[in-house]
Amino acid sequence: MSAPLTVPADSAAIAPGASPATGFWRRALRHRSFVLGAALSLLVLGAALLSLVWTPWSAYDIDIASKLHPPSAAHWLGTDVFGRDIVSLLLVGARSTIMVGVIAVGIGLTFGVCLGLIAAARKGWTEELIMRMSDFTFAFPAVLSAIMLAAVVGPGMLTSITAIGIFQIPTFVRVTRGSANAVWAREFILAARAAGKGGFRITIEHVLPNILSILIVQATIQFALAILAEAALSYLGLGTQPPQPSWGRMLNDAQTLLFQSPMLAVYPGAAIAIAVLGLNLLGDGLRDLLDPRLARER
Amino acid sequence: MSHATAPLIEVRDLGVRLNTSRGPAQAVRGVSFALRRGETLGLVGESGCGKSVTALALMGLLPDSAVVSGSVRLDGAELVGLSDSSYCKLRGNRISMIFQEPMTALNPMHTIGRQVAEPLRRHTGCSAASARKETIALLDRVGLPDAAKRVDAYPHQFSGGQRQRITIAMALACQPDVLIADEPTTALDVTIQGQILDLIADLVEERGMSMILISHDLGVIAENVQRMMVMYGGTVVESGATDAVFMRMGHPYTQGLFRARPRLGARKGTRLKTIAGTVPELADLPAGCTFADRCGIVEARCRVALPAAVGVGAGHDVRCLRTDVSMADAAGAVRV
Repeated sequence: MSAPLTVPADSAAIAPGASPATGFWRRALRHRSFVLGAALSLLVLGAALLSLVWTPWSAYDIDIASKLHPPSAAHWLGTDVFGRDIVSLLLVGARSTIMVGVIAVGIGLTFGVCLGLIAAARKGWTEELIMRMSDFTFAFPAVLSAIMLAAVVGPGMLTSITAIGIFQIPTFVRVTRGSANAVWAREFILAARAAGKGGFRITIEHVLPNILSILIVQATIQFALAILAEAALSYLGLGTQPPQPSWGRMLNDAQTLLFQSPMLAVYPGAAIAIAVLGLNLLGDGLRDLLDPRLARER
Repeated sequence: MSHATAPLIEVRDLGVRLNTSRGPAQAVRGVSFALRRGETLGLVGESGCGKSVTALALMGLLPDSAVVSGSVRLDGAELVGLSDSSYCKLRGNRISMIFQEPMTALNPMHTIGRQVAEPLRRHTGCSAASARKETIALLDRVGLPDAAKRVDAYPHQFSGGQRQRITIAMALACQPDVLIADEPTTALDVTIQGQILDLIADLVEERGMSMILISHDLGVIAENVQRMMVMYGGTVVESGATDAVFMRMGHPYTQGLFRARPRLGARKGTRLKTIAGTVPELADLPAGCTFADRCGIVEARCRVALPAAVGVGAGHDVRCLRTDVSMADAAGAVRV
């Protein structure tokens, strides 16, 4: 250490980069699939919000006289078999789609993340019990549990939301527990324990913030799955009940008229596809953007 | 050394059995030592010799499946078998630890100020404002430039040496009695190593702490601790005052370690000496001396039972049956 040039190498501060938030948005706007996904998701969200204040026609009024009209100036996408305006149905349908997604993912996220964090923090038989229980739940297809639930409490939007939500729990349990275990193995957890912190505080302060990005990504993907599941359940008549419009319901109605007016099935199908595609792209984009390894490269 | 007080931390016959995928492994056997306030102890040995496991056992941070035997007393209070919640009150408060990898020992999601303040808030129950003030003072003390301004920065905005300073500040926040430094400079540049070790030494002296310094680097040990223990295969093969151990290396393993260190000024093309063989599997330790398979002067009786520690000088113990031969060799070892 007696070299003539004793440079205090570690005292040279690394310049603090741009604040994380602006860096995130700058990278986000350059990310193609994120931008596309966000645009499509916002389109669906916009449609739902618009339906709250305005629809071209009422989505509930039946007008048999003008049933199955082709697209026209009055009915931009035509009317369905009950004479309801397709555009209005799609707009109102977006609302129930989003509601189902939000509530079902909310149920899955809340219970799944809590159980997953407990499993990772507790280990031992607690972890075994939670994981085997989620395996058990996972083994039931969502449709099957929805049918069972519908048999008990009757079909309806609430039934389908609950069934989809329960179906989502095990996925979140597994993702949470897996990534939380990885965080628990990191050295800063050992350092936090050496600083005298207990399992609960470490979970809240150290584990959860570090797996948040994974959970956000998983939630967007699960949102898309919830939309698909809701459409499937409505199509089977177990979900949203008439006259409440829903995209899956519209598909069901269109089925009998498939050869007469095939476009009736295309519109809700396209709406579902746009919503699911948008959310998947958004999830993919978020996964790239929230990956800390990429975030470092500024 | 001069204090005639009771030991601050006293370890007696510490044993740790880990449950590995290959069966139970006796990672630490019969480790005993005592440290008074202000004393420093070094632990040397190769990877996998039980140094870090010993440290984690003192901290109570071993996995639940590990079985700890023997006794660890802090100020007379037994720590082995203490409940986790009671241990939480000691960790970071009375016993602290500095880790090897400053790059990973800090949570990337929180500001450094928050992480240094945490043990303070937790153990002393002081207000956020006074914890912050204390944190800035601490960061300043460990030599972080511009501490007041950088307290709200994130770990990735610091270099490795700076981060190690931050983890030191974190470990020292509550003025612990015992500091365990597990290879604190292994991951750092050589130029920074000296600075960090000096800082630790200053702080240990300034605050009257006892320190256990773990390293595989004989040079680091030689310059920084009063006493040292050489570990091999989970046992202490040699222990004593640092000067005495370096002067009269009694164990063939200590000699081997000493010969194996790279040196400046060696002629070009000189091959580094190595100790033939590898560290024994802890799950499958030999019955006798753990070093027997790699030892140059091994005899049949070495393989029968673990040799007892024999005194070869004042407070200098060697766990070897052949100290007569090895001690004669030792003079040569230092000269080489």
